Amino acid sequence: MGGRAWKFGDNISTDEITPGRYMGLRSNLPELAKHTLEDARKEFPSSVKQGDFVVAGKNFGMGSSREHAPLVIKMCGVTAVLAQSFARIFYRNAINIGLPAIVCDTTKINENDELELHLSEGVVENLTGKTKIRFPAMSTTMDAILSEGGLIAYVEKHGDLVLS
Amino acid sequence: MSGKTLAEKVIGSHTAKGSSSAGEVVIVNVDYTFTHDAAGPLLIQQLNQLKNIPSSMDTERTVFFIDHAVPSPTKELSNDQATVRNYALNNGLILSDAGNGICHQLLAEDYLSPGELMVGTDSHSCTAGGLCAFGTGMGATDIAIAMKLRKTWLRVPESVRMNIRGHLARGVSAKDLILKILSILGTDGATYKSLEFDGDAINELDVYGRLTLTNMAVEAGAKTGLIKSDGRTRQYLKEVGREQRWKEIHADDNASYEAEIEVNASELEPQVAFPGSPANVKPVSEAKDVRVNEVFIGTCTNTRIEDLRIVAQILKERQKAKGLKLIVTPPSKKVYLKCMEEGILEILLQAGAVITPPGCGVCYGAVGGIPADGEVIFSTSNRNFPGRTGNPKAETYLGSPATASATSITGYITDPRGFI
Repeated sequence: MGGRAWKFGDNISTDEITPGRYMGLRSNLPELAKHTLEDARKEFPSSVKQGDFVVAGKNFGMGSSREHAPLVIKMCGVTAVLAQSFARIFYRNAINIGLPAIVCDTTKINENDELELHLSEGVVENLTGKTKIRFPAMSTTMDAILSEGGLIAYVEKHGDLVLS
Repeated sequence: MSGKTLAEKVIGSHTAKGSSSAGEVVIVNVDYTFTHDAAGPLLIQQLNQLKNIPSSMDTERTVFFIDHAVPSPTKELSNDQATVRNYALNNGLILSDAGNGICHQLLAEDYLSPGELMVGTDSHSCTAGGLCAFGTGMGATDIAIAMKLRKTWLRVPESVRMNIRGHLARGVSAKDLILKILSILGTDGATYKSLEFDGDAINELDVYGRLTLTNMAVEAGAKTGLIKSDGRTRQYLKEVGREQRWKEIHADDNASYEAEIEVNASELEPQVAFPGSPANVKPVSEAKDVRVNEVFIGTCTNTRIEDLRIVAQILKERQKAKGLKLIVTPPSKKVYLKCMEEGILEILLQAGAVITPPGCGVCYGAVGGIPADGEVIFSTSNRNFPGRTGNPKAETYLGSPATASATSITGYITDPRGFI
């Protein structure tokens, strides 16, 4: 899975990822996705390509519990969100809907670098910078949920909510 | 053996083994689940995808609120609300319809008691901690599963003890205190943690102020905020008709905290969060030259009847500044009725306020007084991220109901202590 890096700063809020003023589009996700992150980078929704990465600093996704935030990012074709840290609810929501949210050192990734994600190996490869960024394994439960493609599939498979 | 924090106690009592410690990952039974019109349609989609698990929805403890866009301004939002309304009605769940009020206010007024555990599709679910109930926000998928199975999974959070010494001065409120705390912690200073508030100033604080503190715990990234259940909690439950469900809950003396942070309430002056972040906080004296176009008094943070009494005290026989928009949104039908009984509505209307129906109002920017390009809004809400109030070309400052009231009179951000 590979694509280009879109760099964002620290503390990107869910109000910037999918603003409340578009609440009326929440039952029309393809339309809602046309406004993804537009308040942080206006050109993002129209120019992002299948496979690209959202690369951020600290505390990505702070604020609201709206699951639409990771959903629209995923709908834009984003491979993964890489950040130095995530806000708690965004992180959980991203994994629940099958969007990899990876905690790693993003300081050595530049805008437009070509990246590849090797999830099971715990590596983001920066093809432009010719570096490999290693990241720690997720918690066992999060890893099990993401491996199934999300929480619905995980719970359906086990017929119950169980800890892995 | 070390004792237990409030989070460990409340979560522990909801696990199969009956106890929990920070760092453990546990399955917990949930007492209440809820959703609202902003997340409900997605939650219902997820519920419909769950075919392979048994449904044990608790019809008496699953609440669908319509509060975010009241009354609905567009056909799309009306359709979403119809989806939420019909699902609740068709499945025999509790429907709290438009006009009834904001989910967090109503959970405190009508449902939660100390020691209970609640999860909902709203990040301010942590408000529940003001009653010593563990509440935390999650997304639509997590809550769909929690509704269907009456359980969820959690990592038991480490706790940070906020020791609030001293006494809040006249004109200084719980809102000023939590803004000050956010300026210390930052927006990720308590990520994954439970913020446990205690100390002399908390002992003296009534539940309405405690709910303001715990409401904004999430603004520091916290999983929840919690305050012990004591005589003041009992008094609140008595007022809302649930005294029989009161029980005393304290953290153990030898509980283990990740950190302890001390704040002296006596030294506090009114605080203001400048645009962009609720942690971007300065004393009101540093904001006095900021001209304001709109004042919004409302939300789950700050419009309980005690707040509105302070607003009325300041606005009585006064007028809002010329050209300024003053919007007041009661948080619930009960508070609205109380304002009517106590003559507060008349004071607000005479001062020039627009009173909008109980609900979230302009807080998150879809209804209720969206500011114009270049305007400045002073709000009693909890968030002022870019674009939050519906217009990315407007700026939002946050502060207490008292500061908002004084500001509405002068048209500039104003220290309320000269008006009380």
